[in-house]
This record gives sequence, structure tokens and C-alpha cells, in this order.
Amino acid sequence: MSSLPATMPITETPWTLPSRGRVGMFSLIAGETAIFTIFIVAYIYYIGKSLSGPMPRQVLEVPIFNTICLLSSSLTIHFALRALQGGRIAAFKLFWFVTLSLGAIFLIGTGREWYRLITKEGLTITTNLFGTTYYSLVGLHAFHVSAGLVGLLTVMIFALAARVNQEHAERLDVFSLYWHFVDAVWVAVFIVVYIVGR
Amino acid sequence: MGMTAMSSNSIPISETVSQVAERKPLSEILHEWVITVDHKRLGLMYIGLALLFLALGGLEAAIMRIQLAVPHAHFVSPQVFNRMFTMHGTTMIFFVAMTILFGFGIYLVPLMIGTRDMAFPRLNAWGFWMSAFGGLLLYFSFIGGEGLSGAGTAPDVGWWAYAPLTSPAFSKGHSTDYWTISLLIAGFGTLATAINFVATILSMRCSGMTLGKMPLLCWMYLVTGGLLLFTITPLTAAQLMLMIDRYLGGHFFDTQAGGSAVMWMHFFWIFGHPEVYVLILPSFAFVSEIVPVFSRKPIFGYPIMVAATVAIGFISMSVWAHHMFTVGMASYSNAFFVLTSMAIAVPTGIKIFNWLGTMWGGQIRYATPMLFCLGFLFQFLIAGLTGVMLGAAPFNWQLSGSYFVIAHFHYVIVGGILFAVFGAFYYWFPKMTGRMLNETLGKWHFGFFFIGFHLTFDFMHGAGILGMPRRIYTYEPNRGWETWNMIVTVGVLFQAVAVLCFAFNLFWSYFRGHATGNDPWDAWTLEWSTSSPPPAYNFAVIPEVKSRRPLWDLKHPEDPDWRYE
Repeated sequence: MSSLPATMPITETPWTLPSRGRVGMFSLIAGETAIFTIFIVAYIYYIGKSLSGPMPRQVLEVPIFNTICLLSSSLTIHFALRALQGGRIAAFKLFWFVTLSLGAIFLIGTGREWYRLITKEGLTITTNLFGTTYYSLVGLHAFHVSAGLVGLLTVMIFALAARVNQEHAERLDVFSLYWHFVDAVWVAVFIVVYIVGR
Repeated sequence: MGMTAMSSNSIPISETVSQVAERKPLSEILHEWVITVDHKRLGLMYIGLALLFLALGGLEAAIMRIQLAVPHAHFVSPQVFNRMFTMHGTTMIFFVAMTILFGFGIYLVPLMIGTRDMAFPRLNAWGFWMSAFGGLLLYFSFIGGEGLSGAGTAPDVGWWAYAPLTSPAFSKGHSTDYWTISLLIAGFGTLATAINFVATILSMRCSGMTLGKMPLLCWMYLVTGGLLLFTITPLTAAQLMLMIDRYLGGHFFDTQAGGSAVMWMHFFWIFGHPEVYVLILPSFAFVSEIVPVFSRKPIFGYPIMVAATVAIGFISMSVWAHHMFTVGMASYSNAFFVLTSMAIAVPTGIKIFNWLGTMWGGQIRYATPMLFCLGFLFQFLIAGLTGVMLGAAPFNWQLSGSYFVIAHFHYVIVGGILFAVFGAFYYWFPKMTGRMLNETLGKWHFGFFFIGFHLTFDFMHGAGILGMPRRIYTYEPNRGWETWNMIVTVGVLFQAVAVLCFAFNLFWSYFRGHATGNDPWDAWTLEWSTSSPPPAYNFAVIPEVKSRRPLWDLKHPEDPDWRYE
């Protein structure tokens, strides 16, 4: 900065700054990352510290189908946005609907897993440390998926009412950052809970 | 053209705005303020809210000091004493310090970067109301904390609320829940404000204001915002875990079921220590704006100041466990946290030298804002030195949990942060209201507060070294602590007089103070180019800057700064 030449600085170049939507969303993601980090650290620290059963190995099944659904929804939301940027509204609606469905399938899958654990295996949040940390971490993630689904659904309703067009591409791009984040967090949760923790 | 745009700006354009507003009926004015998304109004509301809580937190401190003035006192019961120190700490950190610093930042940042509002004005309003309701909830605990089991009002677990004090077995009723939910809600507001600071400063700067030409205040708020993203959120996570433990029967901090009380300490201090820097960086920001203007020199070593700020931001996230040396960590953990705590003194020291370098050879004007900054410099230096002492683990083992620690962090928070905040009041009040604060009253305020501060907090060091533990309800007469405690309590009286001077000055000057122009201090940053108070849109034409001191360029076209930067 201090070595600028002693002439009038050139101001002809256009003054551009990063989009505030993207900066804001990246900031939110940074903050959310810290929340998840604390929960993941707690999960890792308490692995094997439960004083009574059931233990993860006895009751947890690896949710491979669920994981495939959620991770592929990152791809479909990307395709949806590409379609919207290109003005192909029908393709946008289709891919957006697929994204919404994949997210919903994931949430239903988590619900079924919890139902099985609670009714068949007798694991609740009060049973032991595993139950406390498992339901907290997976629940925190499921809450974020739910929030994302509310957003996806809102946009879907507007899209079906023909109120979404090319000019909304930037805003929806900012929203998609959140959805990608939710998917990326699942990778971390999956590794910690279903691979390391088992 | 930028120059012409700015000179047209500096013509008073909105003299009538405030007068017109005053004639409206009260209900309409109130309605306008409640629904506002204007950063200036929200900033003022933050500041007003903080002053309200400052009075409450100060009252709680005074109650504690009266109780401790003489041995074997029974001014309040031990239970009330516990509530007082819990509420005092929580109030002062979350609803005074953070709130007032957010208020100044939200007011000043858009003006200083030459824009019309924050990046997300509605989110800004949401953040304010979250903080306000969080504070309201905390104080509602005095009424609602009894709960069904009828045990206790107001939180009494200390502001860091160590487990197992917060477990349902030891904290019956809802007092701890009020504390948890209050901080959770205020924390969401804080996260929103942090996002807003980062997005505003990165994405809303006026033409020509590269990162290297931003006022230092904006740099420091940028780092504060970034730091908050990573520090308020661990507190949110920890509070969620505590709620899961208390309401759903979880075991995170339940040692009976294999949980860990030490985990809570780590999670709390991962928030708690960077929080100190969240509070001190905006104070640095005020000092970095005031010292140059009152020394009639540009800031010394701008790039180094920026680098030191960023360095503090990073290092501050790796020092938290120096609050936990007495818990019994592994020796390599102790060594790590001693070294990082020592390391953070380096960028902080650089800043002190830069402020001194700015004053060096300057024509110093000893107006009230500058007096408070000089007090800040002197006291913050001592606070830093006792911080280095406490950062050394062996010394810490002796004095952790004593009044020496209380003295140290009050030196930071009162001697550092509060002095800088008072300086900021005297400096920016003319911009916010169009009237100067009274200088004579200001000097009385400074004098009384300086004496009161030193009586109270200097002598706490002595009591601490003589072994007086923090948070004790009362003490035996034969410990050698009586004189120290009496002097400490007398100091509170001086501080109270000073704060009354200040409060009177605020009211009196708001109605009767010297009317002022746009730029009473002959300053150099953009907020002084618009009218006082600024119109709702801040700038009729968005300015264009070419150097770090755009108003200097405007006033001295023959010798502009951009030739040298």
C-alpha cells in the first residue's frame, strides 16, 4: 500500500466488491462450522466412555442409501442452478424438485433410524453418553437439513407459481451454498459416527 | 467526480431533519424507532440498551462492594451475593460491553466506509432485538426464576457456570435455564451482527476504499466480526448441550454417567478467551481513531497495526486453557498455553508502541476523548503486564481464583475497554447529536473515574496477593484484608460520582450543549463529511476516496495524502 506511485491513482477501473450475499452466507457457514466442530469434538471425546449399553457397534447400521441421497442432492441443486442461469426454467424446476425429494428421503431415513433405535434397541438421549452425543449431533444435522428443506420448499412453491426466473439465480446460488454446507457436514458426521465411532 | 461530490456533501444538508422529527407525537416517534432498520438508530438503541444494563450491572457491583467493605458484614445474604456476582459478570460482558461496542460499530462502520447502511439492514434490526430480549429474559429471572420447585431466583452459578453447579441436582428451579436461554438468544443476535459486520466491511466500501485505505476502526471491526463467527458459536453449542442435559436428561457434563465437567470448561473458555479480544479490538479501534486526530498526525505504522490486529485475531483462538492451569492439565498442554499466551502479548505490545509513535512529536490536544485514551494506554499496559504474569503457569497456580485475577481482568475491561468507550462517547457524541458534550463536566468525569478506578482496582491486586479468594461472601477480620477492601469500596464511590457526571452530561448536552458543525475536531475520516446528525441516507452522493484520510485530502488539496501512500 505504501509504495503507490506519487501520481493520481487510476480510478477508471470499475469498482467491484464481493457479493454481500455470498460473503454473508460464507460467514454464516463459518459460524455453523464452529458449532458443529464443538459437537463433533464432544462426540469423539465421549466415544467408548459410556458406562452402560447399548454400544454403537451393537445398534448402529451404516446408512449408505441415505448418504447417497443427500450427497447427490448437492449435484442436483448445482444442475438446477445451471439450468436457471441458462434460462431453462423447466429443467430448473425438475432438478429443484429432485433436490427437495432427495433431502426429504434423507430426513425420512433419519426418522426411521431413530424410530428403530428408540423402539427396538431402547436407545434414547438419556440412556447413556452414546445416546446423548448421537442424538445431539445427528439431530443438529437433521435440524439443518429441515431448515434447508423449508427453503427448498419455499422456492419450489414460488417456482410452481411461475415466480422464479433467471434474475433470481444469484440469490438461489447463495442459498445453494447453505445446502452444500449441510451435505459437507454430513460427510464429517458420517465418518465420525458411523465409521470412527463404530 | 469524487472531490466535487464530497465537497457538496460537506455542506450541511439536513439541518431540518431532526427538528421536524421532534414535532411528531410520541407514539409515532416510538413506532418509528421500533420498526427502524436504519443503522444509526439501531446503533443508538444498542448504546442506550447498554447504558441501561451498565446501571444495573454497576448497582450489582456496588452491592458486592458494600458487602465486602468490612469483615463479617451481613448487608446481603450469601445467596443474594452469589446472584449478584453471577448477574454482574453476565450483564457486563454480554449486555454492556458487547452491546455498547456493537452500537458504536453499527453506527460508525457504514459512515466510515462511505455507504448508506449495513449490508443486511433487517438482519441488523433482528440482531438488536435478539440482544434486547436476551437481556430482558436474564433480568426476568428475578421474577420467574423460582420455577415450580420454588428454589432460587436469578442465576447464581457464576458467569462461567461450571459443571456440576448447573446440573439439575444442584441448580433447582429455572434460574440456570434463564441464564442459558438468555445467552443463547443473545448469541444468535451476536452471530447475525458478526455476519453483518463482515459482509458490510467486505462488500459495501465506497469507490476507491481498498482494504489498505480503510480506517483502522473498520479493520478492527472486521477482525472482531470474523473472530465472533468462531467464538460466539462454541458458546451456543455449549449452551445447547447444557439445555440437553437439563431438559432432556443428557449426560454431556454429568460425571456420574461418564460425562466430563472439564469439557464444559474447555467449551466455555474456547468462547471466553477470544471474547476478551472481541471486546478489546473495538476499543483499540476507538483509540486508533482518536489518538491521531488529537495528536494532529496520521496513525503511525498503519500496515503493522492491521497485521497486529489480524495476528491477535488468530492467536486469541489458541490461548483459552490458560484459564484452566489449576484444573490439572498435562504438562505439554500447560506449556503450549503458556507460550501462546505470551505470544499474544507481542502484537498487543506493537499496538501500544504504534499509538505512542503516533503521539510522538505530535501537537497533542488534551480534550476529554484524548484524556480517556491516555488513561486507556496507561492502564491497558498494566493490564497486559499482569496478564503476562498470570499467563505463566507457576504464577497462575498461586494466584488463580484470587482477587489478583479480578484486578487483572477489571484492569482490561474497565481500565481498557470502558475508558476507550468513554473516549468514544466524547469523540462521536457531536456526530450523533449535533451537540458537543460539555468539556468541563467531561474533565470532572475523567478525573473522578480515574481516581475511582485506581482506588478500586489497584488495591484489589494487594488483597489478591495476600490470598483473598474471589467470590467469597465475607472474611475474617484477622487476615490483613480489611484496609485493602475498604479502599476498594471507597473507590466505587468515586466511580459512581464520575458516572453521574457522565449521565448528567449526556442529558444536559443533548438539549443544551454547544451546537456543532459537521467536523468539530478537524478530523479526517468520512463520517465527519456529512451533517451532524447524519441524514437517514448518510451521504447525498456516495463519496470516492483516494487515501486513508479523505477529509485531509479535501482540506489540503495542495498536499493530499494519496501522494505518499
